[in-house]
Order: sequence, then C-alpha cells, then structure tokens
Amino acid sequence: MRLLFLVLACFGLATALIAKNGPEIGQAAILEEGLPRQLSDFGFFDGAADKPNKALIPYSLRNPLFSDYAEKQRFIYLPEDGLVSVGPTGKVDFPVGSALIKSFGYAREDGGLNILETRLLLLRKSGWIALPYVWRADGSDADLKIGGKRIPVSFTTPRGKNLEISYSVPNKNQCKQCHSSKDRLEPIGPVWPDMIFDSEAAKKKIAERTMFPRNGLFSRAKWDDPASGNIKQRASAYLAANCAHCHSRDGSASNSGLFYDDSIGFYRASGYLKRPVAAGRGSGGRDFVIDPGHPEKSILIHRMKSLDPGVAMPELGRATVHDEGVELLEEWIRQMPAPGAG
Amino acid sequence: MVAAAAMLAATSPISAKTISVEAGADAQERLQEALILAEPGDVVALGKGKFILTDGLSLDVDKVTVKGEGIGNSILDFTGQLGSGEGFLITSDDVVLRDFAVENTKGDGIKSKGADRIVYHKLRVEWTGGPKATNGAYGIYPVESSDVLVDSVLVRGASDAGVYVGQSKNIIVRNSLAIENVAGIEIENSYDADVHDNIAWKNTGGILVFDLPDLPQMGGKNVRVFSNIVIDNMTPNFAPEGNIVANVPTGTGVMVMANSNIQIFDNVLGDNGTSNILIVGYREGTDDPNYNPLTKDVAMWENQHMRAGWAPDFPGGKEIAAALGGSLPPIFWDGSGGKEYTPYVGDNAPAISLGVSDIKAELSTAKPAQIEPGQKKPAKLPAIKMPESMEAVIG
Repeated sequence: MRLLFLVLACFGLATALIAKNGPEIGQAAILEEGLPRQLSDFGFFDGAADKPNKALIPYSLRNPLFSDYAEKQRFIYLPEDGLVSVGPTGKVDFPVGSALIKSFGYAREDGGLNILETRLLLLRKSGWIALPYVWRADGSDADLKIGGKRIPVSFTTPRGKNLEISYSVPNKNQCKQCHSSKDRLEPIGPVWPDMIFDSEAAKKKIAERTMFPRNGLFSRAKWDDPASGNIKQRASAYLAANCAHCHSRDGSASNSGLFYDDSIGFYRASGYLKRPVAAGRGSGGRDFVIDPGHPEKSILIHRMKSLDPGVAMPELGRATVHDEGVELLEEWIRQMPAPGAG
Repeated sequence: MVAAAAMLAATSPISAKTISVEAGADAQERLQEALILAEPGDVVALGKGKFILTDGLSLDVDKVTVKGEGIGNSILDFTGQLGSGEGFLITSDDVVLRDFAVENTKGDGIKSKGADRIVYHKLRVEWTGGPKATNGAYGIYPVESSDVLVDSVLVRGASDAGVYVGQSKNIIVRNSLAIENVAGIEIENSYDADVHDNIAWKNTGGILVFDLPDLPQMGGKNVRVFSNIVIDNMTPNFAPEGNIVANVPTGTGVMVMANSNIQIFDNVLGDNGTSNILIVGYREGTDDPNYNPLTKDVAMWENQHMRAGWAPDFPGGKEIAAALGGSLPPIFWDGSGGKEYTPYVGDNAPAISLGVSDIKAELSTAKPAQIEPGQKKPAKLPAIKMPESMEAVIG
C-alpha cells in the first residue's frame, strides 16, 4: 500500500513535471544519428516558437553575429547530470546530449516576435551537427529545411529604415561553413566571456552545472557600449563575433591569411596594410584590407557596405548593411596611426 | 562488436546509388538537398537544361560524383544569384565534378577548399558576357588541397584567373582551354604542379606561377609548364585594382613571380605584346620574414617563340623597348636578386635582363642587357602523378 502510494506519488510528480516543463525532451532525436523532420521531435518548444520548454536555459551574447537585424532567442539544453566546463580562454565544453537552440525572427506590429526559423546544434557522440528548421505559417511546428530556404521579409531597423529583403535560412552545409574548425563542427557564440544569463533562474541553473577555470575570466567589451571598452576593444569584439568564425587559422577563410580570432593589432594578419589575395572584385579597386586613417580606402569597409554576393562580407546571411557595425569599424580605422607615425 | 558492425553499416554504403536531379522549379532546394543527402559512393546526376539558381551550392560529402550531360547541356545558371561567395563550393575529399557548366556566378565559379583528390573533368565555367570587371574572380578554384586534377575544362571571362590553384600540393592542370580571363591559368603559393597541353588564348596573361606574402602556405616551388599553346594574350587587363593580377601587363605569355624550381619547356608562345616569358620578383613591398620575394632556379628550353614584346605594358617598358630598337625580346627577367638568380635560357630566342637586382627598386631604373649564357641546365623535375583512382575516373 505504502509502495503503491510512493509509486503514485512519483507518477504524480512526473506528470506534474511534464505539465510544468512542457513536452518531454526528445533525447533520442538529439542523440541518435538521423535527421528529425520536425522540430517538435525534440520537445524544445511547447507547440509554438515563443513557448520554450522550461528545461531550456535562455542566454544572450554581448557581441552577437549580425544577421540582417533579426532578433534571436538562444537557449541551452543540458542532458540530465551533464556538466559544462569552461576552459581558461573561455571556451565552453558541453556534454554529449546537449543542444544549442537559436530562433530568428522580426518584431511584429503588436510587439511580439514573428519567429521564422530555429537552428539547432546537437552534440552527438560523433560530434556536433547543425540543422535548420523553418516554422510553418500557422506556427504549430517547424520543418527541417536541409537545403535552406529564402523567405521574403520586411522590417524596420533600429534607426527607422524600412527594409524588404530576401531572408536566407542557411542550408546544412552553410551551417557548417561558418561553424567549422579544422573540418569539425563547433559552436561559435557560446564563449563564456561573451555570454549573458539574464534571469536569476537561468543564472542559478547554469552555475549549478558549470565548472570554471581557477583564474577567472574577464567579460569582453560590448561592441555597441562605449562604457565597456575603448574603440579598439569594441572593434575587436565586433570582428571576433562577426568575422572570426571564418577568418581564423582553422576556419573557412584560413587561406586568406586574414585572422580575427587572435588579438588584433598592427599586423598583416589583422588586415593592417594587407594586400588582397583572392578577393577578386571584392577589393573594389582598393590596395589594402585596412588602410590606416582611411576607412574609405579600406577593403574591409567596402565589403561590409556591399550587398553584391561577389563582394559582400560576411558571405552568408547578410542581405542588409549593418550601419552601426560599419560606423564602429570606420571610426576605429580613422583613428589608426599611419605607418611610420611612431 | 554489434556496435562496431552498426557503425560500419552506417558509414559504408551497401550499394552506391544515383540521385537524379532535373532542371525546373525549385532547382535550388532540390539540388542542394541532393548534395546534402548524398552518401559516399553516390552519383548526383544533373539532367539536361538550365538550373536557375539563387544561392551558392555546396557539397560536403566524401566520394561523391556530380555528373551532368555535357558542358552544353547541363548548365548551372547563377545569373540571379543572391548570396554566397561562389557558385559551387566543395569541402569534402575524393569528389569528381564532370560534364556540366557553371555560368555567371557573382563571385568565384567552382571552389574546392581542403578537398583532397578532387577531379575537375570536362567542365565549363563561363561569364557569358565576356571579359568584364564585374565578373567573378576565379573560374575553377581549388585551394588548400592535395592531389588536384583539372582536365579538359573551359574557362572564360574570369576577372582574376580562369583556373586558379592556391596553397595546394601535387597538382595537374592539362588539356584545358582558358580564354579571355585576366590570368588564364594561375598556380599560386603551391608545390609540385604540372601545367601542360593547355591553350591559353586571349587572356591578359596566359599562364602565371606566383607566390604572395602573408599567407599560411608560401614558398611556391617545383612547377613545370610545358607543351602549352600560349597565344595572343592581349585582352586589356580588366582586373579590379588592388588585386595582384591587376599588375599583370597586358600581353604576357608565361609569368613567374617569387617561386623556385620552375621549368618552362616545349611550349608554343607568340603574339604576346609584352613578353612571351616574363620572370620577376615580388616588388609590392612586404615585411613578412617568412617570405622570399625573389625568383630562383627558373629554366626554359625548347620553347617556340613567335612575335612578342612590341607593346610592353609596364612602367618604363616603352622606353626600354625604344632603347632596344623598338621591341623587347620574347624573354625577359627583371634581374631581381642579381647574378646567382639568373634563369637558364635554352630557347633559341633572345633574352634580356632588366638588371634591376634590388627588389625594392623601380623597374624604370632598368639597365637592360642580354642574359649572359653559362647557366647550367638543371635536371628535369619529376612528372606529377595523381593517385590511380583519380586517373581511372577519366579513363
């Protein structure tokens, strides 16, 4: 009798948990090889994009990748008993069975967010896998779009510009193009000094499950917050978030010799007086990636301002110009000393 | 044991299959899905017709063949491309691309990066409007790869190089036609390449062997350029300024810059207004301590030279030509590095040195003189060999 009571109590507790947390997380969908066709197979959302499962830990980034002014909602799912460890440089190691979940959308007139797509990074035994899901028009579920998709979108930028663009959901290979390191797939955003956990619940949840290095870690400058660092620090943070996923020694642009994952300085590898290699018409008739003192003569700025697919940088996921980011880097280059100026 | 067997079943296909993709509505999504879902050993077969594409395509699965119905029949048309830096990107090993065409990409045509043992065979990459600065940079663009075979391709209109092999090792480019590109065929920062039996016609420069500073792989070496026809490369340079090829003089046949162990033989060269064979150092200035701007151990023999040098397209060129009686000889060397860098010239044709041994000096300070004979003919570099599996594809 007592046993039955206990079983019932457990059952009750379990159903209560499910009711509280939403659907059960689809461990098999995360862990087993295969490409689940629907996002609902994972149980990350409770029937709608704006209803995340309570088991997810929301976070944001100090320096997000610019994606055509899309707003993003980021979540971490950790398997039961899984521990996260943060390395001395801030690199975050997740346990097998983890998922990183990122939804992209634009503000609706009623102030809510019209979520277009949700991208998953799943850590399986064989390594990370990236999958893009596009929400149905009725918002009930999202379908795997392994070949990517273009969606017409109109929105207003923070400065009040009205834009109509062809929004690009990346295909599975394009996910890897940005997320590759030495031919393996890796998360980009979750670097500890860049991560923000807003809610107390999220802070507590992550703290309980994370091991930190002994030396402690400094927060990065925030690209759009002058109080967080000087112009070089903020420019470096912007370049790290927006360029370094390809422009690193192990990334998709390893052959360029232009690297933004290291400390940035007056080096060729940072673009300083670096001549173009395989830029083609991307150079726009300019001689250097960065021509100190002259943003208008710098290929870096030219390519950030372009929307032409043969010229534009980043190559993927940008159909608009990030005016605010361009201005930051223009100012940084304008303030750079000319060569030989001591 | 069971797990291992299951793993094996998951990774090695029981039987390779052919995935057919036809042109028509939603070509982008259908073709890209096929390229993603293909498994090692599969063939992605392109049907006849124009595939109208809006974004770059990519392949990241090893041992896949993408095969069309011929370069006039299966056409990937990127005229309306909205995104991506190239038309088709390959990032996996042992891939074969054959019998299709890529047209009018906004950036590069076909790029393969870190893609070892790749075969490009019977392909056409073309900007159909002819030479224009607004065309994409490279037609066929393998980079950071080992064992690269380019055979029987046609490239036209690239605003940088038609075939460009960069930072790679063990390379053959052969039996191909490069027309109306800035550079017809270019081997850059690469080791061990044979470029032979090609026709480079109406480019700005026919065949280039370059090495550039500030890159992960430098010290280009061991390249043989032989049995090519390099004729009438007089298309005015249409590369966007700032690019290294924007400095290639219009009317260049074969040009070597900052490499070592380069052998140029049995080619037919002519109607190149600046020079049939041009050997230079890198004169753009660099402070890269790991980079050698000088060109060393270049040898040429038994090339047939027709008319060249009547319209030298570099600063001071006209004046030098005037001093030499109106025309430059078909072979010249800028003199960089001085005597010990003198190329071996076994051709039956005049050759001069501009005598600008200081790599930092301007070419207009030239003191032209005949290249003095007396260099020793080097031993022939060994022929480049591809793994048999790659040659078997071409058969």
